Amino acid sequence: MSRRLVIRRLGRIGYADGVDLQKALVQQRVAGEIDDTLLLVEHPPVITLGVKTRGNLANVRADAEALAAQGVAIHESGRGGDVTYHGPGQLVGYPIIDLKPDRQDVHRYVRDLEEVLIRAAADFGLEAGRSKGFSGAWVGDAKLAAIGVRISRWVTSHGFALNVTTDLAGFGLIVPCGITDRGVTSLSALLGRDVPMADAERSVVTHFAAVFDRETAA
Amino acid sequence: MPVNVVMPQMGESVTEGTVVRWIRKVGDHVDRDEPLFEISTDKVDAEIPSPAAGTLAAIHVKEGETVPIDALVAVIAQAGEAVEAGPQADGVPEKSTTVAPEARIVGVAPSAAVAPVEAPAAERAEGAAVHARDGGRLRSSPLVRRIASEHQVDIGSIPGSGIGGRVTKHDILRVVEGGGAARRPLSPPRHDSGVVAQRAAQPVGQPIGGPAPAFADGERHAAVPLGVMRKKIAQHMVHSQATAAHVHSVFEVDFSHVDRLRRAKKDDYERAGVKLTFLSFIARAVVEALEQAPILNASHDGEKVVYHQDVNLGIAVALDWGLIVPVIHRAHERDLRELSRGIVDLATRARAKQLKNEEVHGGTFTITNPGTFGAQFGMPIINQPQLAILGVGTIEKRPVVIDDGIAIRLRAYLTLGFDHRLIDGIVADQFMALVKDRIEHFDPAAV
Repeated sequence: MSRRLVIRRLGRIGYADGVDLQKALVQQRVAGEIDDTLLLVEHPPVITLGVKTRGNLANVRADAEALAAQGVAIHESGRGGDVTYHGPGQLVGYPIIDLKPDRQDVHRYVRDLEEVLIRAAADFGLEAGRSKGFSGAWVGDAKLAAIGVRISRWVTSHGFALNVTTDLAGFGLIVPCGITDRGVTSLSALLGRDVPMADAERSVVTHFAAVFDRETAA
Repeated sequence: MPVNVVMPQMGESVTEGTVVRWIRKVGDHVDRDEPLFEISTDKVDAEIPSPAAGTLAAIHVKEGETVPIDALVAVIAQAGEAVEAGPQADGVPEKSTTVAPEARIVGVAPSAAVAPVEAPAAERAEGAAVHARDGGRLRSSPLVRRIASEHQVDIGSIPGSGIGGRVTKHDILRVVEGGGAARRPLSPPRHDSGVVAQRAAQPVGQPIGGPAPAFADGERHAAVPLGVMRKKIAQHMVHSQATAAHVHSVFEVDFSHVDRLRRAKKDDYERAGVKLTFLSFIARAVVEALEQAPILNASHDGEKVVYHQDVNLGIAVALDWGLIVPVIHRAHERDLRELSRGIVDLATRARAKQLKNEEVHGGTFTITNPGTFGAQFGMPIINQPQLAILGVGTIEKRPVVIDDGIAIRLRAYLTLGFDHRLIDGIVADQFMALVKDRIEHFDPAAV
C-alpha cells in the first residue's frame, strides 16, 4: 500500500515563514509525528541564495538598494544550488518526505522531482526535458522550473519552483542558478495565455503522487 | 573506541561531497544523531548527524573541501577516551571501528549508523582483520577481501588507489603477484567484541610496496598524464640512482681571471657571431682535465670499464617540461671559440626541438648548470652509462681571504658527482683540482 501524502496549500506566505515551517515539519517527520507532506506556496518577490553561494552575491545583478526599492528581499536558504528568484505566479513546492527506506539516493530524488515537473508540463502540451549538468525542467534553452533541495536524515525540504505566470523580469535581478547563458520561461509565456495556478497545482500534485508512489490526502 | 565519520554516499551515482559547514567544532560534545556537519552534492544539501555520542576529536575535511565518498571527515572520541594526537595527524586514527556494513550511509540513516553492530557471519569468516579499517576509508570489495584472505594479506597495509583510498583488485593483485612488502601474516582476529577487529598496532607510514594513496582528480587535484619525455627522464634518473654509487665532491673556484678574459674578448667573439660565456671556459677546462683523467671519461657496462678516446661533452639544457642533454662530439678537438659556438647552437636547437638523434647520444661526460637558476651548487645524478657529471653553481662575488686580507672575488662552487664503484675520491678530487687550476689559470693565449 502506498504511503500517505498530505497536501497543504498555503497560498502566499513569506519566504522566511516558509523556511521556519519546513524546519518544524522536518523535525516532526524525522520523529515520525506526521505523514509525508507536500507544501504548495507562492512567495512575494524574494531572491534566495543556496548554500553554495555563501554570501557571494556575484550572481545577484541588482544592488541591495535597487532590490529594496522594488520590494525584493534577499534570503540565505539552506538548500542546495545557487541563487534563484521567487515571486507571485510561481508554484513553489516543498516536499517534506522521508526517502527511507527505498529512495535513499539524492540524484534519484532530484531526477524524480524533474520527472514530476516534466509530466506536469506535458499536461499543458509542452515538451519539457532535462539539461545535462543542470537540474530543473527545461523547455529548449529556457528553464521552466528550478530545483534546490535539502536533505536531513533522508527527510527532504525545499524543493521546486515552477513558473506558471511568473513575471520573468524578476529573474533579471539575478543570474538564475549561476547559469549565465540560458534563459528562464513560464507556462504562460510558452502558451501565450494565462494559466490558472489551480490547474498547475492539480497537475503537479497528481504527478508527484504517481512518481513518488504516494496516496494523496488533503 | 573512537568512531570514524566518513563522507556518506548520498546516491548511487554520487562519488563525492563537499563539506559546506561544520555545525560542531573540535572539542564539542555531540549526541548521537545530532547534526554534525552539512554537505553539498550537486543541487542537494544534506545535514549529516553524528553516528555516535562523544567528543568531536578531529576534523579532517575543512569547509569548502570536496572529498570522495567514504573519505574520513572526522573522528568522534567516546566517553572516557583521550583524544590521541599522533596518528590522527594524517587522518588515520590508531584504531578504527567497523561501523557495520552500511557504513556508507553513516549519519544519514541513524538506524544503520550505530557502532558496533553485528557483521554478517560470512564476512567475519572471511578474515576479521581484513575489514578492520572498513569503517574508515579503506573499504574493499568482497573479491578483494577474498583474494586477501586466500593469500594471507592484510588489506590495511596496502595503499589503495581506488576512490577514497579503496584497495582495488589491481592493488591487491600487484601485492599478491609481487609478493610485495605488504604481504605479512594477518593479525590474530579478535572476536571478543563480537565484530570489531582491530589492526595490530602498526606504525603509520611504514614503507610498503606500491604507490602512495592516490588523490582523485578534481577541483583541488589535477591528474595529468606523464608525457613520453617525462617518463624517460624518470626511468633514467631512477635507474642511475639505483645503479651508481653516487658520491659528490664540491670545489670552490675563482672566476675573476676568467671574468677579465671574458670581458676583454667578449665583443670580438660577438662580432664573429659567438657568445663567450663562463660555461665555455668551464667546458674547455673540463675537456683538458678529462684528457689527464681517462677514468672520468669512461663508462661502465656492468662487466667492464670502457675508456673513450674522444671527449663527447654533454651539456644539460632545461626545457619547459623536462631536460635534454645534447652532446658536443669530439670536444677535445675544438678550441674555446668552437666550444662556445657548439654550446649555444645545441642549446638553441634543443629548445626549438631541432636536435638530430646523434646529437643527443654518445656522451662521455656531462656538465649541468643549476647555477643559472640561483643554486649555490647542485648534487647532480650521473647520466648513465657515464661515470661522472659536473654541476656548476651560481657564479657570484664573494669575500675571500687572500694573504690575510679580505678581497672581493667572483667565485662559484663546482660539484663533481662520480660513481664510487669505479672512481675513488682521490682520483675525483685530483680531477677537480685540475679543473679548478685550468679555470683559475686559463691560458690567455687560448682565448
